Amino acid sequence: MHGGAFLKLENVSVAYGRVHALRNVSLEIGGDELVAVLGPTGAGKTTLLRAVAGLETPHAGRIAMGGQDVIRDSPAARDVAIVFQDFSLYPNWTVRANLEFPLKAPGRKLTKDEIGRRVAWAAKLLRIEHLLDRRSVRLSGGEMQRVAIGRAIVRRPRIFLMDEPLTNLDAKLREALRVELVCLRRELKTPMLFVTHDQTEALSMGDRVVVLSEGRILQAGTPREIYDRPASPVVARQIGQPAINLLPVRRSGGEWVTESGVAVAPADGPHYGEMILGVRPEHVAATGGKRAATVRVVENMGPMKILLADWAGTDVHIIAGGSTSLRPGDVIHPKIDANRVLLWPKE
Amino acid sequence: MSFLELRQLRKTYPDGTEAVKGIDLAANAGEFIVLLGPSGCGKTTTLRMIAGLETPTGGWVTIGGRDVTRLSPAERDVGFVFQFYALYPRMTVRQNVAFPLDAVGTKRTVRDAMVEAVAAGMGLGGLLDRYPRQLSGGDQQRVSLARAIVRKPRMWLMDEPLGTLDADQRLGMREFIRSRQQEMGVTTIYVTHDQEEAMSLADRIVVMHGGEISQVGPPADVYDGPASLFVASFVGSPGMNFIPGEAQANAFVPAGGHARIPISRELPPGSLTLGVRPEYVYECADGPIAGHAVLDEYQGAFRIVHVNAGFAHNLVMRVPAGGDHQAKPVGQRLQLGFDPAHVRFFESGSGRSV
Repeated sequence: MHGGAFLKLENVSVAYGRVHALRNVSLEIGGDELVAVLGPTGAGKTTLLRAVAGLETPHAGRIAMGGQDVIRDSPAARDVAIVFQDFSLYPNWTVRANLEFPLKAPGRKLTKDEIGRRVAWAAKLLRIEHLLDRRSVRLSGGEMQRVAIGRAIVRRPRIFLMDEPLTNLDAKLREALRVELVCLRRELKTPMLFVTHDQTEALSMGDRVVVLSEGRILQAGTPREIYDRPASPVVARQIGQPAINLLPVRRSGGEWVTESGVAVAPADGPHYGEMILGVRPEHVAATGGKRAATVRVVENMGPMKILLADWAGTDVHIIAGGSTSLRPGDVIHPKIDANRVLLWPKE
Repeated sequence: MSFLELRQLRKTYPDGTEAVKGIDLAANAGEFIVLLGPSGCGKTTTLRMIAGLETPTGGWVTIGGRDVTRLSPAERDVGFVFQFYALYPRMTVRQNVAFPLDAVGTKRTVRDAMVEAVAAGMGLGGLLDRYPRQLSGGDQQRVSLARAIVRKPRMWLMDEPLGTLDADQRLGMREFIRSRQQEMGVTTIYVTHDQEEAMSLADRIVVMHGGEISQVGPPADVYDGPASLFVASFVGSPGMNFIPGEAQANAFVPAGGHARIPISRELPPGSLTLGVRPEYVYECADGPIAGHAVLDEYQGAFRIVHVNAGFAHNLVMRVPAGGDHQAKPVGQRLQLGFDPAHVRFFESGSGRSV
């Protein structure tokens, strides 16, 4: 990212007492970019969002928006909008009152007409017009989250900060709202920082993905870069479902050989010694290899099946077609696509 | 004879809400049944009535041929796991997991071996001497699952036991539950709103909607031959594509569109909805449907491309993502066809499969 960055974090660190929640995080978000921050619980995702919002004061580093240093600015002055996981609406207020609330904040001098126009605009965009006069306790989870998003967009903030906004929704609803959010953001042309622990959300929504672990950025890149060329086994495991196969191997003759003695791929690159070999389940075929494996578990996923096979003592996940008739106990001969093998030095 | 039978099972709350509207279901011994549906479909209420935690307002529950409708939970000898774990805070993980075994007077050596085995299988081996407060939420959830499946009661009843786990832990837990259940042969009823979990775990899926059963069948049957529009949209991620329209001489004509989709089977007259799963929609130069890409969702091994073809809903196609497969830029024109063997039809009004 260059010149066009809207939000810029430089070496931001946040500590609670002796616990470091963020360590030297540097990150830029363009004026029309959706950056997804992916990490497990406790990685520092929410702290990052709160630091950008001004709810958390970093003990080191710089945060700038639109070229201006904002580190001393109050949350209100930063003009950001946050959507939380738990919706956080006023339960006894109507949807309309919830949407109007941020527009009536002290210091915002909007006319009644303008407030009405903005509420109508947001309600139409989010398809909640029919709910405007309902109290928010009477809404379903999906409706509540739409209202929470509506409350964020009526303000026309400079950036959206989303803290796992889809996590508390049913799987089906999450899928639908994910698509709506991407389309909505594209229409609003406002940058968004979207925090999630769900790799599907990160891959499918992010223009770029930032992988966070224990307060540090492990890798940042386009979804495809991160999926195809993860920087480390830790990143590789966080992206992709089912997770990538990671096999400890050593080079023997012209092949990479597992601890249990299975030759899994030809070795012709520059690497020697003990390595971790990574291969995604869709790049392992159930047939064509030399060494036998036994199918242990078959998971039917609809368009595909996930096989878990015991390959001479090594567990390996394989994606097979949805119509495969393989069952637990069957013998297969896995073959790894040599062109899709990743290698990292063993720690 | 079925091991578990629900006959005309009903739950109506005092305010008149009908949570479960008289359902019939039979599970064989050793079978893994998943109750699948959205919030409020009645799946948890059904599970709680099987457990004895909720009293039916009508109908019967029989386990092993015996009517247990009026028996207490303890008399039914079932093991449950809930989404929200409840561990004994003053006991170590080891003591928590051993608790159900102690309660039935298992010999110490046998008990210890069983606890070690289940803990090892679930990756809890290193945590056995910790206390619950020293564990993350996900680990507490796994301990509560371990406690439920360490023993072999007559049934396992599970209510979204993986609900609070991070995505990366779910697959491993799913595989463990599945293989443990097969090994122990315990009849299991498992509740979830996650169709992926249902597909991967179940011998048979029971799809519920509005307090009723929409369909019962093995995952592949439910996926390939959904009984209704609801099942077709709820099962699968994303769900099935729907195109409302009507049949005309050897073709299906979408409402308001110009396309004619050739069909080789007889269809009833009237308003119909064509359904096709995203993996059976593909690009083909002489395909009957023209549209343009509106969104391309990258998902690692594949992409989900949303296409506006002028129908009531965007069409969604699932295409490979690796290698030379590039994203479809927004606005790109596409000519699409369907795999005829995988096209389904539903009555638009009732939603029933035809």
